[in-house]
Amino acid sequence: MISIENVSKWYGQFQVLNACSTAVRKGEVVVVCGPSGSGKSTLIKTVNGLEAFQQGEIRIGGTSVDAPNTDLSKLRSHVGMVFQHFELFPHLSILDNLTLAQLKVLGRNKDEAADKGLRLLERVGLKAHAGKFPIQLSGGQQQRVAIARSLAMDPVAMLFDEPTSALDPEMINEVLDVMVELAQEGMTMMCVTHEMGFAKKVAHRVIFMDHGQIVEDERKDEFFANPKSERARDFLAKILH
Amino acid sequence: MSYAFDFSDLSQYADVLLHGVVVTLGLTGVSTVLGGALGVVGAALVLRGPAWLRWLIAAYIELIRNTPFIVQLFFVFFGLPSLGIQMGEIEAALLAMTVNLAAYAIEIVRAGIESVKHGQYQAALSLGLSGRQAFRYVVLPQALAAVFPALLSQVMIVMLGSAVVSQISVQDLTYAANFIQSRNFRSFECYIAITAIYLVMAILLRRLCNGLGSGLFAGQKR
Amino acid sequence: MNDFTIWDMAQGLLLSARWTVLLSLIAFVGGGLVGGLLLVLRLSAGAKVQAMIRLYSEIFQGTPLLMQLFLGFFGLPMLGIEVSPWLAASVTLTLYTGAYLVDIWRGCVEAIPRGQWQAAASLGMSHGQQLRLVIWPQAMRIATAPTVGFLVQVVKSTALASIIGFTELTKAGSMLTNAVFQPFIIYSMVAALYFAMCFPLTWYSRVLERKQGLALKR
Repeated sequence: MISIENVSKWYGQFQVLNACSTAVRKGEVVVVCGPSGSGKSTLIKTVNGLEAFQQGEIRIGGTSVDAPNTDLSKLRSHVGMVFQHFELFPHLSILDNLTLAQLKVLGRNKDEAADKGLRLLERVGLKAHAGKFPIQLSGGQQQRVAIARSLAMDPVAMLFDEPTSALDPEMINEVLDVMVELAQEGMTMMCVTHEMGFAKKVAHRVIFMDHGQIVEDERKDEFFANPKSERARDFLAKILH
Repeated sequence: MSYAFDFSDLSQYADVLLHGVVVTLGLTGVSTVLGGALGVVGAALVLRGPAWLRWLIAAYIELIRNTPFIVQLFFVFFGLPSLGIQMGEIEAALLAMTVNLAAYAIEIVRAGIESVKHGQYQAALSLGLSGRQAFRYVVLPQALAAVFPALLSQVMIVMLGSAVVSQISVQDLTYAANFIQSRNFRSFECYIAITAIYLVMAILLRRLCNGLGSGLFAGQKR
Repeated sequence: MNDFTIWDMAQGLLLSARWTVLLSLIAFVGGGLVGGLLLVLRLSAGAKVQAMIRLYSEIFQGTPLLMQLFLGFFGLPMLGIEVSPWLAASVTLTLYTGAYLVDIWRGCVEAIPRGQWQAAASLGMSHGQQLRLVIWPQAMRIATAPTVGFLVQVVKSTALASIIGFTELTKAGSMLTNAVFQPFIIYSMVAALYFAMCFPLTWYSRVLERKQGLALKR
């Protein structure tokens, strides 16, 4: 579904991604972790072309992300993305947040889009808030709306960029629950997160990154049972205590 | 002070006053719409356009901001005809007001666009919106909401500054003042009354726009 | 009539620009004094005085400067006070400038955190000392950039004095146009002269703003 081959990226002299290669198969859940500044957020943003890269290739369902003839907007509309800071549109109501791209990108009609939006809001338990504005919701609620907004586009895969790290602790689980449910339904997911509980529960594989490199790319059980590199062992020791 | 104030005969000039109010508000309204639209387009070009165009717009803004409106007006009305560009006084006033407002509006809107977080743009793109759609539906509405008060102040300045269009015989409110006082020789009362009308217009306009603003940008107050 | 060369015209305009500079200085210095005095009153006096000062700045900011000049020049004589264009323009522009400056400066004082007043008070300073020794020095640093920026508006506003017959740059431009009928060239030169006076101020105010932005980030 998603293949990343030999991807490198520089900011001027500074290399942020160093020959990263991995793949996410259909229905697979891959968790990407690593210390801050390791390049994991940058990597996930290269997948839907929000960040450019200078070397290598990324394909989604066979389509190259940075080929000149690729319709990037169309490609992005098939891949959901959830951001650390939610990025709901503050000038639109919750329901309008869910319908904007359905109307403007997919060309659905109003009723269809609203219908779909309301069903997804119901699914994340926020249907009653459809008419409110983002500022009126808690962080956890906003992030659930953001997930629903991505799902409204019927994505073939979902990207999560630290979806819980900007949340107060008591709100983390409501968001993780939605993500677990999605994973169990067979959604293809790539998640940058430090929530190792989530990884243990639903991930198939765990990728560990450091200094722009993919240091480990293992089946979940193996990664947690005996991480090969010292850096991954250190990281796990710090984060799991 | 033995001066006896007498506002009584102003009432017989009600139609002249009303006409002046309509002209002043009309000029302000039209130049606000045109200047505002130019402000949005100009701001987008300043941020995304080719270098030569950015340079040109920057020069235009500096030129307008650093010269008096009355000189701009005289240049348009007296100066341009010698280049063969003829226009009536209303058109000249509208052109000068629009060009003046647009220069300030570009700066204001640009600052608004820059105040919208980059993540909002990325989120819009990641939903499949094109760059243009992301600007139109996500960035611009937030930018305008953020700078609405600043834009409104600028419109006020343009409205009050438009008093000088009376100097090229546009029959605005100030023209009405001069007309009336040349008839009834009570210049003090006349100017006081008209100044008060301007003040009321400014206050009402501010009220109206603030109401409009909080309706348009509901739910966004941060 | 065509004996006038461009240089002659430029020279005439340049000479008249002196009066623009002088009137700007009068308005700025006078307005600064008025604004400063009113600022102190606004920060110290009772509610009634404060409301009156607010009303004063609202009236001068909410009405056309041209009307204010008309009132000063044509209106005052009706009350038996004879005024020259000089006096009318100086007084009106001073009051106009003061009305803006008091607002700009008050904004700067209010930008100083409440805790600074409280800290000064807790050291036993009087209200005047708090203002003079603690608040004002800090407010002055943020006030410089907007004040210099406002000076540009003052220079531009002096152009309206031409309408009540004060012979400064704009009036000289009109008179010259009537004499030689070359409005395009003359008004271009008038604009260029204003630009030469205003742009350095705009530029300087921007430099100050940037410096201050850096200082705040640190």
